[in-house]
Amino acid sequence: MKNFQFLFTAWIAVWAVFFVYEVSVARRVSQLRDEIERLKQQLRGR
Amino acid sequence: MKTRIAGAALTALLMIGAGYAALFIAPTDVRQGEVYRIMFFHISCWAAMFIALAVSFAGNIAWLVTNRLKWDWLGVSGAEVGVACCTAGLVTGPLWGRPVWGIWWTWDARLTTTFILWLLYISYLLLRGLIEDPQRRASLSAIFGIFAFLDVPLVYMSNRLWRTQHPQPVLFGGEGSGLAPVMLKVLMVCMAAIVVVMTLVLTDRYRLERLRYELDELRVEIESRAEEGNPITTKGEG
Repeated sequence: MKNFQFLFTAWIAVWAVFFVYEVSVARRVSQLRDEIERLKQQLRGR
Repeated sequence: MKTRIAGAALTALLMIGAGYAALFIAPTDVRQGEVYRIMFFHISCWAAMFIALAVSFAGNIAWLVTNRLKWDWLGVSGAEVGVACCTAGLVTGPLWGRPVWGIWWTWDARLTTTFILWLLYISYLLLRGLIEDPQRRASLSAIFGIFAFLDVPLVYMSNRLWRTQHPQPVLFGGEGSGLAPVMLKVLMVCMAAIVVVMTLVLTDRYRLERLRYELDELRVEIESRAEEGNPITTKGEG
């Protein structure tokens, strides 16, 4: 298939952008949840 | 949790279906051959970007009118997701342009206004990182966001108003434009897949902003208790 490498790279690139971004958001959400839980425990433990 | 898993499974199915339709159902283009199939995801990324930036714009306006922080969260979430979609579009564009035009990039009206749009929204996100006070950050970034959004109609109209290397529009392009019915259906499926993914990411990004606010509130509460002489101690700190 002519120019298949361009088609393949574009296809991978689109999903890679969304995947990497979603993973980055999910990681930040998880870190914030942990931090919130830690602070809530501090407040409860006083 | 079950709803989330079901949603993720449906999205994955839609993504697989869109990929299959784009690669195997859509017919080969007479002039461009197989490489034209990039179009299905390239155009879909732009559609998703326009929606995300419109959400951001609406959030910016709503913040200035109501001063409710949830609109600021929507504004920044839409902007960041819009930048992600724009990045995907800016990556796939040259990958399509190189085999068809023989060049990766050219500074025509469509590409230039799009690149400026990307820079504007990157600046919007950087600006937010520079301002500590949430109210001030929300107001300044909302004003900047509204200014940045002025480029969106310019991007959309650029290949209608000026002669560009970029092809004329295939959707809503007037007489002589358009796609074969099968191609149009495949494009709609791909657009649906990318817009659904964009919406899910936008929802997560909004959740992130809400959690940031919750964390700030907790920190303020802990600080105020410490100032009152009731410092909060963790286990093991005595």
